[in-house]
Amino acid sequence: MKTKKTYERPLIKSLNSGLMNKFGKRTEWTPLTEIDGVKVVDLLNEYGSPLFVYSEKKIRENYQHAKRVFETRYPKVQFAWSYKTCYLNAVCDVYHQEGSWAEVVSRFEYEKALKNGVPGDKIIFNGPDKTDDDLMLAIKNNSPIHIDHLDELYRLHELASGLTKKPKVAIRVNMDTGIYPMWDRFGFNYENGQAWDAINKIITLNKLDLVGLHTHIGTFMLTPSAYAVAASKMADLAINIKKKYKKSISYIDMGGGFASKNTLKGSYYMGSDTVPDIEEYAEAITSTLINAGFDKDEMPYLYLETGRALVDDAGFLMGTVIANKRLSDGRRATILDFGVNVMFTSFWYDHKISPVEELGYHTEDTTLYGPMCMNIDVVRENISMPPLSPGNHVVAHFVGAYNVTQSMQFISLRPAIVMIDLHGKPHLIKTKETLEGIQRDELVPQHLKTFKL
Amino acid sequence: MKLKKDLAISDSGFLFNPSSGDSFSLNPIGVEIFKLLQKGESDDAIITLLLNDYAVDKNTIDKDLNDFKIMLTNHKLINA
Repeated sequence: MKTKKTYERPLIKSLNSGLMNKFGKRTEWTPLTEIDGVKVVDLLNEYGSPLFVYSEKKIRENYQHAKRVFETRYPKVQFAWSYKTCYLNAVCDVYHQEGSWAEVVSRFEYEKALKNGVPGDKIIFNGPDKTDDDLMLAIKNNSPIHIDHLDELYRLHELASGLTKKPKVAIRVNMDTGIYPMWDRFGFNYENGQAWDAINKIITLNKLDLVGLHTHIGTFMLTPSAYAVAASKMADLAINIKKKYKKSISYIDMGGGFASKNTLKGSYYMGSDTVPDIEEYAEAITSTLINAGFDKDEMPYLYLETGRALVDDAGFLMGTVIANKRLSDGRRATILDFGVNVMFTSFWYDHKISPVEELGYHTEDTTLYGPMCMNIDVVRENISMPPLSPGNHVVAHFVGAYNVTQSMQFISLRPAIVMIDLHGKPHLIKTKETLEGIQRDELVPQHLKTFKL
Repeated sequence: MKLKKDLAISDSGFLFNPSSGDSFSLNPIGVEIFKLLQKGESDDAIITLLLNDYAVDKNTIDKDLNDFKIMLTNHKLINA
């Protein structure tokens, strides 16, 4: 019997003459067939498509690397896992097993951390939205409360009046670090004296225990030197608090904002070529603190709340090609079974997308759309891909940060999530959403329950 | 549908249109279909030939052939 040849969709591609584009991005034709030794196709067959996959190995490697990088440069370092970056319990627990505390920004996240078994005094409570009840819970658990605004400070003073023990607090400080936009909506400003005003109030009223200073200068920061500026201003506050009040600050929390290796939309180069290594951030922060003039025995702890840089490359989103079509201007369009509903970061990143099957080396410029019946559902506006056919699979890289926590239950159900353990064994860590689950909290008034059509 | 007469194509898939100066790259199956179109083969004949040689179903070839011809038109390789 005659063996038939492998079929590939016929392609014709215009060759453009002229100068080479030195900013050209490479074509993604190398298939990603497996993650941590597990075949992508086997995962999709077992857990359905689309599917989020986290690599426990990569999470641990990232954490251990970051910890080593900071601890070899500074004597006292403590990481706190940023829950909002990814608060899947399995993911949080990996960080907690590695020694990371929890950093939360809401009651919901706070209770999640408690339920995960994090002791209250190792949960850093950030954010502008804390009710009296939330604050009392944090005080009871001896959690460090990071004060965002004067209203919160006054509320805390009132709440602390009836207590015998002083609540542990830090103030969040915003500042000009030479980057734009300046994040001044959180905390107290350094340059205009708001931060000192808050510090003076806390120390002179003597109802709260000012144990730390916190800043978070931005997100996806590509300039490590901005952290040196921030660390210098934080150290200045701490040293002058000691001079003025004879009070030592036990920690400086430099927040997060370290970039992952994702590629921002509009950037000429790939993120892997332009994003600073974590060593550069560490060097900027630790050199500044070490040279700031603290007494050797009173060096404050350095707290870090980095999320994205520790988890983004540990997450993958895999899916299936639904259909191909030709747009009116001749461009190829491919429709995938995942879109911006579960990959929110497509709005600001050009995510790397790999085919799963071996599809050959001829490529075509393609727009990748998601399955939503919405015009904004674009996964990649322009990517050079080999000829994908319905039923082929693709994997989106660097989706570990913010996509699960910001995913939307919109139009379709959110996918299952799997974690591959250190031995290459997949574990289901979140089941696919169901209609019953979504409707569980909905109520329909009795008079609307019947109708005739 | 008729291809322009003076188009030159190599076995490796390099296509040149001397009247416009445009050049193109085709994958192997694109070359095969292009050459069949140059010979004046009908769509049905092309589909039968490909079905005989490739592991593919008729609907896929039909759809892809149609798409390929749209691209030939877009690239102005078809006689008006």
